[in-house]
Amino acid sequence: MGGVNTRLAPYFLTAPGIVFFVALLGAPMLMTFLLSLHSYDFNTGIQSDWTFANYIEVLGDSYFQKIFGRTFGLALLVTVICVLIGVPEAYILSKMSSRWRSIFLLVVLGPLLISVVVRTLGWALLFGGKGLLTMISQALGFGDAPVSLMFTFTGMTIALVHVLVPFMVISVWASLQKIDPQSEDAGYCLGASKLTVLRRITLPQAMPGILSGSIIVFALTASAFATPAIIGGRRMKVVATAAYDEYLSTLNWPLGAAIAVLLLVANVVIIASYNKLIERRFAKVFE
Amino acid sequence: MHNLGLVARIFHALFVAFILAPLLMVIAVSFTDKGYLSLPTNGLSLRWFHAILDNPDFIDAFWMSVWLALIAASIAVLISIPAGLAIARHKFAGRDIIAAFLLSPLMIPHLVLGVAFLQFYSSIGLGGSFFGLVAAHVVLITPYALRLVLSAATGLSTDAENAALTLGASKFTVFRRVTFPLILPGVAGGWLLSFITSFDELTMSVFVASPSTQTLPVKMYHHITQTIDPLIASVSTVLIVLTFLVMLILDRFYGLDKIFIGKG
Amino acid sequence: MSYLNFQALGKQFGDFVAVHDMNLSIDRGEFISFLGPSGCGKTTTLQMIAGLLTPTTGKIFLDGVDITETPANKRGLGIVFQSYALFPHMTVTENVSFGLEMRGIAKTERLERCRDTLAQVRLEQFSDRYPKELSGGQRQRVALARALVIEPPVLLLDEPLSNLDAKLREEMRIELRLLQQDIGVTTILVTHDQEEALSMSDRIVVMQEGEVSQIAAPLELYERPASTFVSHFVGKTNLVQGQVTALNEVGINETRLKVDTGQRAPGMAVQISIRPEKFIMSTEEPGLKVYVETAIFLGASWLYRVNGSLGELFVTQPNTGSARYTKGDTAWLSWQEGSLTLFEEHA
Ligand SMILES: Nc1ncnc2c1ncn2[C@@H]1O[C@H](COP(=O)(O)OP(=O)(O)OP(=O)(O)O)[C@@H](O)[C@H]1O
Ligand SMILES: [Mg+2]
Repeated sequence: MGGVNTRLAPYFLTAPGIVFFVALLGAPMLMTFLLSLHSYDFNTGIQSDWTFANYIEVLGDSYFQKIFGRTFGLALLVTVICVLIGVPEAYILSKMSSRWRSIFLLVVLGPLLISVVVRTLGWALLFGGKGLLTMISQALGFGDAPVSLMFTFTGMTIALVHVLVPFMVISVWASLQKIDPQSEDAGYCLGASKLTVLRRITLPQAMPGILSGSIIVFALTASAFATPAIIGGRRMKVVATAAYDEYLSTLNWPLGAAIAVLLLVANVVIIASYNKLIERRFAKVFE
Repeated sequence: MHNLGLVARIFHALFVAFILAPLLMVIAVSFTDKGYLSLPTNGLSLRWFHAILDNPDFIDAFWMSVWLALIAASIAVLISIPAGLAIARHKFAGRDIIAAFLLSPLMIPHLVLGVAFLQFYSSIGLGGSFFGLVAAHVVLITPYALRLVLSAATGLSTDAENAALTLGASKFTVFRRVTFPLILPGVAGGWLLSFITSFDELTMSVFVASPSTQTLPVKMYHHITQTIDPLIASVSTVLIVLTFLVMLILDRFYGLDKIFIGKG
Repeated sequence: MSYLNFQALGKQFGDFVAVHDMNLSIDRGEFISFLGPSGCGKTTTLQMIAGLLTPTTGKIFLDGVDITETPANKRGLGIVFQSYALFPHMTVTENVSFGLEMRGIAKTERLERCRDTLAQVRLEQFSDRYPKELSGGQRQRVALARALVIEPPVLLLDEPLSNLDAKLREEMRIELRLLQQDIGVTTILVTHDQEEALSMSDRIVVMQEGEVSQIAAPLELYERPASTFVSHFVGKTNLVQGQVTALNEVGINETRLKVDTGQRAPGMAVQISIRPEKFIMSTEEPGLKVYVETAIFLGASWLYRVNGSLGELFVTQPNTGSARYTKGDTAWLSWQEGSLTLFEEHA
């Protein structure tokens, strides 16, 4: 065996994927980047000049700064809440008897398979003027005024936590599965209390899962579109909905392209540096 | 459950309630007999489920989504099998770069893919075509299929294949009779995950789909931005039930947690 | 003076009885092995001692104090798990000092005691490594150091050597036994490896399906097994069926053997056990005439399968440097008085 044939085999095998991706991923991405370097005129459309004006506008304009700030603030908040509720839930799931566990895993992870549009619709129904919130507040005697979380930051946060917390649970769950249950027993036998075992032995071993869950939740929140569009609407714009409006309402494609490129760069930089950090921290400790 | 403390059980109950609340709300509203959004206080009515039949738009969009996901997932798997085997089992120059390239859509926000395809297709005259929609979805879901093929192929030892070769099988026979059956669970899981991801995709499709190629999520999204009515709730309920059935099947054959570890 | 004491200790999982009515008293400084086939309840017993499982019946006393209800983290016993159960996110030193930290011992003393214990298991130079960066044998010794550093009244070892390769396992047996004698810590070792139990213990507790079959010192256990199960499980043996024919005589087919029959009446069905190495094999009469069916070379010894009037028997003979018997040869077997053990049928 050996020879040219075998040496080239991996390239032949990956060729269909590479060709497809170069044509249909490389080209569009490159064109978007180039588009972001043109200026736009409301009367004559896209110009043929080369300029960083779009980037300067997005980065310098307080309107866009506010949108970027809101988006990353939202991502941070959603991530923190997902850690606070997703980690305990994953731990509780891991301590359940196997019959209950398989039922509740289905309940907690199942929504990931259901379209985001459907899940967000549920929150819109709960948050809307005639929704459950209003009924509760009326029932509790807070008056007849409708309570609405539609078009609010709070509403967006709650709905996004709901959409993304399963990712946190599954990620932490996966790393809890890898823990040797005897290492917890060893902790007890060495004199540690339940809480100490949780804090000093279980939690640190679940850390890789918590961190990778965090980065998934953060990245997905930062680029989320459907939920902010439905719950936040025009009043609570985030980066994704702002770019959507530039493309499909204002028709200022170059500006939209600049927003998209910035979103992509921020996303990649955050994910990559976070991964580096995790790698450096855990390479010696875990597989 | 009894080995969990009271605090843990209360927390768990609240968490599950939080997860289920919006879904139950959608289902409840879809059974109303009123012409507007309300809870079915006077008994359950199927009125809004009949209404779906009078709105062929939703049914057309559903079939559009099914076809799109079927075709795109199949192409993604066809690309992923050879690529996955090559990456998992050969050492060659540029392997890591090729792998990173084929997995890169995972890092790109769907919105960015959407605007990129919008401009690309309109400049080459494919704007709004079904073909363009399929191609965009293939790019989006190939990483999911590839990851599952990779994890199935990575642990695979070459012993069984070498044994088959020494027994006189041709290379193609070895692939068909030995290699492929061994990675089949990964391939099937990859296909399913790709199918679901494609079927549910909204953000990118919003930019790529035209009125004649509207997928179900896109149709529902546009409907919701216009008006939220019991009709959209009943469509959603049908989707929830369908998804639930798929979920049971998946859980039975794979275990949901395994599928999602691939997704995360 | 009994130090660790179980009275009617038992554990049930639902309807399944994992350990039944176990009584045992262990002296201070003694090395005890629990030996038995997989699933016989060894780990269950050990975990009840450690406090990780609550017994369904019975009591455990340590130094005269009833510790049956004491939780694991208050018992203070040292335990080494089969998987070692090291804390992967802590260095060797952090692993070893964890138990001391839980006891509120000051940092300087902690470090000093860690260093001493790590020296005892010869791991000084690995103190800053993570478990992942150690070999199997080194991990095993970290687990041992972690259990020993708290100076536990009792050391519990659950198959601590089973994950090591054969050569290392033999070395560690000796090392572990020497260390235990050095420190004088009362030790319970769980194993399903009879050689391990025989070579390390003061006494062996043989267990079968949750019950104690026999408690004895290694030599006694080997020479005078209390049942056919023990004789099979500890060492290899030949078992032949026969009948008491007269006082101190057992008949097997046409052959008559001299065995101590005690008070057993003629006509009683019995089994005779004889270990393969107890035979003396000769090319000449007198003796039991047999034909060699197979000869297998084992290095230090030969294993023969022979056939004769007692049926098929296994015989081992020391290797003296030549192949004395080959397939088809005729040979004569004899043995010293007292080499045969008699069991009543179904004993
Ligand atoms: N939590 C449990 N629930 C039900 N049955 C159990 C449980 N733990 C152990 N058992 C059963 O109790 C019996 C004894 O188990 P144990 O772990 O003590 O065996 P062992 O002697 O240590 O075996 P091995 O040598 O394989 O480790 C086994 O049949 C096992 O299936
Ligand atoms: Mg065991």
